Amino acid sequence: MKFTLSWLKDHLDTTETLDTISETLTRVGLEVEAVEDKAKALSAFTIAYVIEAKQHPNADRLRVCMVDTGSGEPVQVVCGAPNARTGMKSVFSPPGTYIPGKDITLGKGVIRGVESNGMLCSAAELQLSEDHDGIIDLPQDAPVGQPYAAYAGFDDAMIEIAVTPNRADALGVSGVARDLAAAGLGTLKTPSVAAVRGSFPCPVDVKLDFAAGDEKLCPAFALRLVRGVKNGPSPEWLQARLRAIGLRPINALVDITNFMTYDRSRPLHVFDAAKVHGDLTVRRARAGEQILALDGKTYTLTDEQVVIADTEGVESLAGIMGGEASGCDENTVDVLVESALWDPLNVARSGRALGITSDARYRFERGVDPDFTRPGLDLATQMIIELCGGEASEMVFAGELPESGGAIDFPWSEVKRLTGLDLPQVEMKLALTSLGFHVSGAGERVKVAAPSWRSDVEGKADLVEEILRIAGLDRVEPAPLPRIKGEVVKPVLTVLQKRTRQSKRLLASRGLVEAVTWSFISHDAAKLFGGGSRKLVLANPIAADLSDMRPSLLPGLIRSAQANADRGFGDVALFEVGQVFQSDEPEGQLIAAAGLRRGTARLEGAGRHWDGAAKPVDAFDAKADVMALLAGLGVPVGGLQIVAGGPSWAHPGRSGTLQFGPKGVVGTFGELHPRVLKALDVKGPLVAFEIHLDALPLPKYKPTKVKPKLALSDFQPLTRDFAFIVDKTVAAGDMAKTAQNADRNLIAETSVFDIYEGAGVEPGKKSVALAVTLQPVEKTLTEAEIEAVAAKIVAEMTKRYKAALRG
Amino acid sequence: MNEIDTLRDSLVGEIAAAQDEAALEQLRIAALGKSGSVSALLKTLGAMTPDERKEKGPLINGLRDGVQQALAARKEALGEAALETRLAAERLDISLPVREGPEARGRIHPISQVIDEITAIFGDMGFAVAEGPDVETDDLNFTKLNFPVGHPAREMHDTFFFAPDANGERKLLRTHTSPVQVRTMLAQEPPIRVICPGRTYRMDSDQTHTPMFHQVEGLVIDKKTHFGHMKWVLEEFCKSFFEVESVKMRFRPSFFPFTEPSAEVDIQCSRKGGEIRFGEGDDWLEILGCGMVHPNVLRNCGLDPDVYQGFAWGMGIDRIAMLKYGMPDLRPFFEADIRWLSHYGFRPLDLPTLTGGLSS
Repeated sequence: MKFTLSWLKDHLDTTETLDTISETLTRVGLEVEAVEDKAKALSAFTIAYVIEAKQHPNADRLRVCMVDTGSGEPVQVVCGAPNARTGMKSVFSPPGTYIPGKDITLGKGVIRGVESNGMLCSAAELQLSEDHDGIIDLPQDAPVGQPYAAYAGFDDAMIEIAVTPNRADALGVSGVARDLAAAGLGTLKTPSVAAVRGSFPCPVDVKLDFAAGDEKLCPAFALRLVRGVKNGPSPEWLQARLRAIGLRPINALVDITNFMTYDRSRPLHVFDAAKVHGDLTVRRARAGEQILALDGKTYTLTDEQVVIADTEGVESLAGIMGGEASGCDENTVDVLVESALWDPLNVARSGRALGITSDARYRFERGVDPDFTRPGLDLATQMIIELCGGEASEMVFAGELPESGGAIDFPWSEVKRLTGLDLPQVEMKLALTSLGFHVSGAGERVKVAAPSWRSDVEGKADLVEEILRIAGLDRVEPAPLPRIKGEVVKPVLTVLQKRTRQSKRLLASRGLVEAVTWSFISHDAAKLFGGGSRKLVLANPIAADLSDMRPSLLPGLIRSAQANADRGFGDVALFEVGQVFQSDEPEGQLIAAAGLRRGTARLEGAGRHWDGAAKPVDAFDAKADVMALLAGLGVPVGGLQIVAGGPSWAHPGRSGTLQFGPKGVVGTFGELHPRVLKALDVKGPLVAFEIHLDALPLPKYKPTKVKPKLALSDFQPLTRDFAFIVDKTVAAGDMAKTAQNADRNLIAETSVFDIYEGAGVEPGKKSVALAVTLQPVEKTLTEAEIEAVAAKIVAEMTKRYKAALRG
Repeated sequence: MNEIDTLRDSLVGEIAAAQDEAALEQLRIAALGKSGSVSALLKTLGAMTPDERKEKGPLINGLRDGVQQALAARKEALGEAALETRLAAERLDISLPVREGPEARGRIHPISQVIDEITAIFGDMGFAVAEGPDVETDDLNFTKLNFPVGHPAREMHDTFFFAPDANGERKLLRTHTSPVQVRTMLAQEPPIRVICPGRTYRMDSDQTHTPMFHQVEGLVIDKKTHFGHMKWVLEEFCKSFFEVESVKMRFRPSFFPFTEPSAEVDIQCSRKGGEIRFGEGDDWLEILGCGMVHPNVLRNCGLDPDVYQGFAWGMGIDRIAMLKYGMPDLRPFFEADIRWLSHYGFRPLDLPTLTGGLSS
């Protein structure tokens, strides 16, 4: 919403400065977005008289001017303008002046050997126009020494405010003035509107043609003819105002409607009566009806839109934009002026559907003052007669104005309850009444009725806001929020929230870098990772490749890794901990943790090094990451199974599934499937893991924080090595587990320390070497006891894996 | 010179001249071995008379002790020399670089870091962390929050929608984390103190807007918390978060459908050479929106607005991260450029706490 200072002063009697006015606007909730004050910006530029302009001794195209600036001795100025001449009046700026058109601050200078103490300026240098052909040439009666901006009428500052959707009333200058007056910045002086007495019946009738229940689409419609007008350019003051707020003056009749829109937030429409056929009907459009609107575009309508039609067809889009066919131009003699009320919701929907934004729509969808429907028409009529002449008809009025809302039962104590601010009743009452509210009753509880232009006010809290914003939010003293129970805070994070946070720090400490990638990915990528369900496809994605809610973090990470590789950083290790989507229900949203390593980005470092180059990453790097994550999170891994293979995105022979039983799958690690890499157009080596943090078993609840007792043995542990020949397909991890379980009392640890295939081992077989550590508990073990455990291990291996001890 | 002295001089001289441990051992055997020269003298003691023994005993034992000492001293000297020789040969080029450890390479994204910072501050004030789904219903994202159907305020949120279901209802991506407030009020009896950090979505893309961004909202509901408490909480938060002694904040009346009265909050700052500093200067920077929870929202959540009251606020996590840590552009937050992440990211153990400070 834009307006000028002089426009504001039509409604507000004030002596306050522009700065105070701007500050107050923001303070009461009409946030100032811009103030354009040419008078201030150009205050150093004054009118000057060129006593003499003569040729520069050393430059053909320069002149040396002696200038009377109106303050003492003449000033010598070197000037390059072709029109600089003796006896002219122009605009002078002394050294030290900021020249907006050139973005420089003027200094004293010597130009080709001649001193120059200022500048004579062009309109372009003052940023007043594009004209830089010469210096400004002023009439002879221009007063020397006076500020140029005031002389030229540029001293009307333009103010732009942001108006929140609840404040339709502040979309008119009168409404803005009312807020300022209420805030103590002067007196509201918006003139009241006298009713216009028509001298003849309006020849055009209006019918509101709506089905029962649809009446709210147009509650009221006022119309009047003004005949015998002379339409042409509007007067300069009106044109200047419209130009100042960025509107293009068109002709007096149209300019008057625009003026009313901004002055009183009352959009109107004018029809050229000669182009209207028969009476007007306000109705829903018929599907397929078309209108060429005033913006020069043709719109095809549906029955969702409301129109004003005559016997020939649609003449205007209700509350949004008029039609070209019945528009007013310089030939208009008889003009029909409309002031109507429209359903905000319908105007908003229609405007959206048709893609039209207009000043009328902007106001109607926020709600214009219903009680100003008639006065609005009268005021416009008066302006038309004043500016264009003519004679007014009687008013035709169809429908009826809506009842105003009931009064609000308001205890003054509500202000203190909600804000903590203790204000005198008289101040609160004054704030409300000066905003147009009607306060009745006395004492602690009163009835407050909102004015017709404040349809947003519906309850006590709204009244508190009105009082508060006029009093000033700065008057509310900050009050410490007491602790709920006055004690040291209890932990607030849930197990999942803690695990989410810990996961990030754990993975980062393994050299992985946290990425935050889009929650939406391409449909194709979603399908590759088990997603793509219709319910998770956006109807209006911002880009075609950001259409599906991600079923996995990996597509985003893979894409990012490739982007880094394309920039020359191929050895990247990334992770993300975030939401993935299995359905559109809240339970379908899980928290996943995923890590990815590309190239040679291994835990110990990437790339070549004097101590040995890093190998390309393999599935075990991903396994190490995920196992470290589970261990770091303190997940009880007793029941964890690692099953060969994974989902379709994983390499079938180089991946594993992590599960707590067949139904307790928590994640996957391994190499990406070559087919998936190809489909995503990325290059490996690329290994990754992903687990769902929600699926991990919870830590066991313990009544105390006491750790289990530490039992240390006094006896030395001893290690026995075994090498078994087994089929290549036997899982060494399983063998280690079996060995570990052969004697739960004595075996403390089992490790796989060598895997060998090749010479000396039959084809199709491999040698698996296990180191088994025995921890005696009660006494040193005898050789016989050790042999007994060893025999047990060998027997289990033979039985389960058809293993043979390697000779 | 008697025989013993002569022998001592001779042995000590030979020991001192021995060049290695083997020669020294030879000398030890020759002197103290079974048939060594000193051993031979010791053996003579047995055949002596008490008087002779009294005279010669100390001399011969002294000889033995002297030789033993000489052997030990020489052994020590030879060992030292050998060690010196070895050390002279054992030289590493310790200027060779080691591999940078994983903890030096790993990074935490600024968004995670800032969420941890926010949680630390509000956790201390007794706020729990509430979360909710990104895929929301129209009812929870808008209607329950007092956005009337078709109201222009809905248009301020450029919403992502999913296809309508069989009943014509379409889910959406939450445009703010406010639905989590509603879920909290529906699920929990007051007193309520929660913050709701999370991902939010709007169809918008430029230097300071991305279609996905992060918000944190807060909610306090009880029977007596008012606007003054909100001011205090937000001022304390800003001081603590930006790690400055004082901040000047400006509360401007504004409008949000779900709060009444509502305010936008500016924070005073200075801008010098592209750097923003808080607690000084005379520029204002908008930082958050807030207000007393709207009576309609309380009613929609089953709370009587004449009994319960409280406040809510919301701000952009990405935005306050940019303000605090100086990233000029929002878009790279989600591009996972390793150079950006390494530069603006945080070390794994930079865990923000109130006791240790939020940032290092």
